Amino acid sequence: MTGLRALLGRELALSWGRGGGALLALAFYLAMATLLPLAAGPEPARLAAVAPGSAWLALALASLLSLERLFERDYEDGALDLLALGPAPLEAVAFAKCLAQWITTSAPLALMAPVVATALGAPPDLAPITVVAALAGGLGFSFCGGIGAALSLGSRRGGVLIAVIVLPLFAPPVIFGAGAIEAFGAGLDWKTGMALLGAYSLSAVAVGPFAMAAACRNALS
Amino acid sequence: MLDFDAGKYAPYVWPAYALTAVIFTGLIADSLARARRWKRAVAAREQPAQEAPPN
Amino acid sequence: MIAILTNPQRFMALSAWAAPTLGAIAAVLGLTGLWFDFIAPPDYQQGYTVHLMFIHVPAAWLSLFVYVCLGAASFIGLVFRAPIADAAARAAAPLGAGFTFLALATGSLWGRPMWGTWWVWDARLTSVLVLFLFYLGYLALQSAIDDEAKASRACAILALVGLINLPIVHFSVVWWNTLHQGASVFRAGGPAMPPAYLVPLLTLALAYTAAFGSLWLVRIRAEVWRRRANVLALRAAG
Repeated sequence: MTGLRALLGRELALSWGRGGGALLALAFYLAMATLLPLAAGPEPARLAAVAPGSAWLALALASLLSLERLFERDYEDGALDLLALGPAPLEAVAFAKCLAQWITTSAPLALMAPVVATALGAPPDLAPITVVAALAGGLGFSFCGGIGAALSLGSRRGGVLIAVIVLPLFAPPVIFGAGAIEAFGAGLDWKTGMALLGAYSLSAVAVGPFAMAAACRNALS
Repeated sequence: MLDFDAGKYAPYVWPAYALTAVIFTGLIADSLARARRWKRAVAAREQPAQEAPPN
Repeated sequence: MIAILTNPQRFMALSAWAAPTLGAIAAVLGLTGLWFDFIAPPDYQQGYTVHLMFIHVPAAWLSLFVYVCLGAASFIGLVFRAPIADAAARAAAPLGAGFTFLALATGSLWGRPMWGTWWVWDARLTSVLVLFLFYLGYLALQSAIDDEAKASRACAILALVGLINLPIVHFSVVWWNTLHQGASVFRAGGPAMPPAYLVPLLTLALAYTAAFGSLWLVRIRAEVWRRRANVLALRAAG
């Protein structure tokens, strides 16, 4: 476990040290939240109808931002080679990276989500469930996104390629999360949606590292 | 016997069939062209090796 | 069976007659299917648009079938390192994308006169859309990595991840539709399809499958020749 803790500590230090990751994602999130009323028209009723869903969607897209550098940095300066040869399995390295990404980027975004949703006209009492959904969904976005990041190592197109690969994987958590938030707002059963969201994210946590490690080994070979 | 009278649905039905025909033609043509191209490439590269004596 | 996948010569020998044979079968079934298609009477509900079902449903079935084939080929290529399996996975992708595009386009053209809208977010159509996105991602990844062996392995991993994901996507949209009671549920012709419709539907579905089989073999053959040509070029240059 100490190995894992060391890995996680390294990843957290790298993410926070650079600083750019979380702030950039937050800025992007706010920018998209601003664009939505510009695109959809400021009419409060219409905005309020799409507010929870759009805030949720924007969260998914903002999570994509910091994914490109998840493995790229270590891949380019040779650190990934060393990690691959080291005592910890690559699966643990991948796990640590995604978990660190969740802590440093997804968590701030999750706290921002209800603010954005309320600003767009969603009722403020949706705030708690929005945060919980964003945290649970963010975990899924980090680990699924990590799969995309690992697969595109060594490719020529980086960011957009990751987005295209990863979007089909984002569809279920987006649907479950948006469904849960909407159900809560309508006074219906929201627990099923949240449970499904949680189940998806935990599956991504369980299966993702194996796919990521295989992809890293492929890129390093 | 064959009923081709689409009536008011013509602008939906015929474009769909046309699109199907186009895609099929495209896939068939592309696949056959690809196969022919690389078959020729292999034949071209194998021929000089057969004609020239091995060094 | 395994020999066909691992031994290029065996594969080429088999596909040399199998590909044209499947092509001929596809042509015969296709013409027959179209014949039965256009002698079928208009549906009392859908009118003439029932003829769209005969080219939409086979396309949708094929888009899924090709996906499964791609997944199986990827798995075999990844686990057994069989070069033909690798080539088969790469070869299947453009065909799958083509069928998926047809499923979406014909589905949209069918939906407009039926429900008055160009698109419906029901489970099947949405799953096909996500499947199309998967094919695009697969093709993008394939062309983005220069090293062929690496590209094949990366694409294989993506295919297996996607294979697990698609049923989840389908389930999530089904679930979402149960929340939104107003969404129309898409039924292909109803629970009991009369033989006048079933015959052209199945005939065309078989025709599409045979066509896929034939084109797939042709594309794998092209891939085998391409690799051979590259090897020969390297040998000549070296």
